Amino acid sequence: MNSLADTKRRPTDWQGAEMQKRIAGRYAAERRFKAMGMAAIMLSVSFLAFLLVVMVGNGFLGFTQTELPVEIDFPAATGGASPSQFEGPNANANLQVMGLRDIVDSSIEIQYGQKGTDLFSPGGWTAVNAEILSNPEIVGQKTTVYLPVVSDLDVAYKGEGNPESEKKVAELGDQLSTGFNWNFLGNSDATDPMQVGIWGAFKGSLITMIVTLLLAFPVGVLAALYLEEYAPKNRLTDLIEVSINNLAAVPSIIFGLLGLAVFLNFFGMPRSGALVGGLTLALMTMPVIVISGRNAVKSVPPSIREAALGIGASPLQVVFHHVLPLALPGILTGTIIGMARALGETAPLLMIGMRAFIATPPSSITDPATVLPVQIFLWSDEVDRGFVEKTSAAIIVLLLFLLTMNALAIYLRNRFETRW
Amino acid sequence: MNDDQNMQESIESANMTDSVTKDIAEETGPPKMTARNVDVFYGDKQAINDVSIDVNMDSVTAFIGPSGCGKSTFLRCMNRMNDTIPIARVTGDITLEGDDIYAPQMDVVQLRARVGMVFQKPNPFPKSIYDNIAYGPRIHGLATGKEELDHIVESSLHRAGLWGEVKDRLQDSGTALSGGQQQRLCIARAIAVDPEVILMDEPCSALDPIATAKIEELIHELRGKYAIVIVTHNMQQAARVSQKTAFFHLGTLVEYGETTDIFTNPREEKTRDYITGRYG
Repeated sequence: MNSLADTKRRPTDWQGAEMQKRIAGRYAAERRFKAMGMAAIMLSVSFLAFLLVVMVGNGFLGFTQTELPVEIDFPAATGGASPSQFEGPNANANLQVMGLRDIVDSSIEIQYGQKGTDLFSPGGWTAVNAEILSNPEIVGQKTTVYLPVVSDLDVAYKGEGNPESEKKVAELGDQLSTGFNWNFLGNSDATDPMQVGIWGAFKGSLITMIVTLLLAFPVGVLAALYLEEYAPKNRLTDLIEVSINNLAAVPSIIFGLLGLAVFLNFFGMPRSGALVGGLTLALMTMPVIVISGRNAVKSVPPSIREAALGIGASPLQVVFHHVLPLALPGILTGTIIGMARALGETAPLLMIGMRAFIATPPSSITDPATVLPVQIFLWSDEVDRGFVEKTSAAIIVLLLFLLTMNALAIYLRNRFETRW
Repeated sequence: MNDDQNMQESIESANMTDSVTKDIAEETGPPKMTARNVDVFYGDKQAINDVSIDVNMDSVTAFIGPSGCGKSTFLRCMNRMNDTIPIARVTGDITLEGDDIYAPQMDVVQLRARVGMVFQKPNPFPKSIYDNIAYGPRIHGLATGKEELDHIVESSLHRAGLWGEVKDRLQDSGTALSGGQQQRLCIARAIAVDPEVILMDEPCSALDPIATAKIEELIHELRGKYAIVIVTHNMQQAARVSQKTAFFHLGTLVEYGETTDIFTNPREEKTRDYITGRYG
């Protein structure tokens, strides 16, 4: 039948030089591709390693503080105050009446001379306050407390100071020591870098993320399920699909403007609160969840839907008993991506006033709050050299927050994963 | 030639079993399901053209025909699975025990419980064997307690001939079973909701011959308890398991009658050509 074609065709020479060249070329292409892939991975790994080393190296110093010992003779200074005064609800008031700050200052002056208080961080006495509250017994005796030094000295002791403070550090010599900076974990923003803390921003981030998740996850999942399982396929749903895809690509600062116009100006919600921040970030996160949710729902095999319909499950039962559980791991993957992006977002929150100076941690969703990335942004703008390492330390806290959140989500995803 | 002989034998065996049941079939009352002048359209395209057919309680009805002839489409109309395709449109009457299944007052969910379906590819839920069977009774509230549910699961698996193989591992995933076991699990799942009719859409096409033989045996055992309709590409299978056969071609019902008549003495030229393998 095709003998004509066969006669025209010369026999294939599988061993010929041309064929060998082709084989060699194929192997070379494989090797080149492998090498390039490995180079790409090495490059990204080294970027990551560089980032982590720099951040941990700098940030580690943010968790420590330089301290000087101060001996306080409480019986002499207070004229014999009894420890029992500083127990119970009136403790703080009694400490104020006693004039704790003056007691600390005069003790410092006795030990370090007239200008002694200049060596210490202005808010340092609050550490003594806290210690008395947790252990009133020390009021009845002579005691030595370690108080944080002023920021310039702290920076100099850690090796980056100006000549003047380096001279002072040399004078003080062995008296200086390094201690763990509990203030950093427990306090909120402050003007003195020795007194700043991450707790306020951390709590702000936590509350904001909860608001975001509570809104974006159910709405996103319901929208994805409805669009995939119920909505008729027509021009309107096509339009909605395109809009959602575009929404996911909108620059985040525009969501900030939207939040400002809608939540603050139109609905009159409290400015700077975690509620408005969470709502704004939810607007941003929702499209990501909808898109990943739709893909996850789409990838559930139709045979499962038919099986359930075939034994008389209603469409709602099909969706909630079969489709959603099978799609959940995929939906959670999208949620992780969306939430991680929301956690690291600064720009939209600037627009709705979450860049305020927040010295007390928020206790509700309407209290003025800030979040970790905004706090990092604010500290990185500070003139005082002491803020540099605090900025790095805050970045470490943000990264740990992110890792914890992702680990939790991945754990949940693996629990829901169905083995086929 | 060999094939023809085989077919001849299987027709003969079918013939024998049929002659026993024939009298019973004639004594049964009105048909379980009837279809009258059914047309099905996908958009503008007509997939089924004027099909009328009766399905009896005491016989297995086989739908045969070349690919794309509409036999699966028609089967899926019988429990309204076609509703899930938005462009599909069905006209004519299909009744279950005299009730029009396309009537507005007919509840589709209940209909699908009464007219169960087994699909071409085994499709157990990715849940335990127990939950696969128990799901239907649970959503329809067929069992009042754990004990009753256990009983339904056990008896359904018994009927599907699977109990002996899985009784020690009811909590294992249904998807871990072999293909043939999965298909019997799907049959057990359909039985568990106590249906009146079971529709089988090429239930053996994804199975090996041994698993196929088991399913066919099962169909024999289920006959009489349920009205069974089976779509098959395998004409020997149709001859072996069914008492009535319908031959579809290009969306029309060419011939419908006793399986023995269709295979030994077809009225239509087309049927004869198809079953002798001249085309299809």
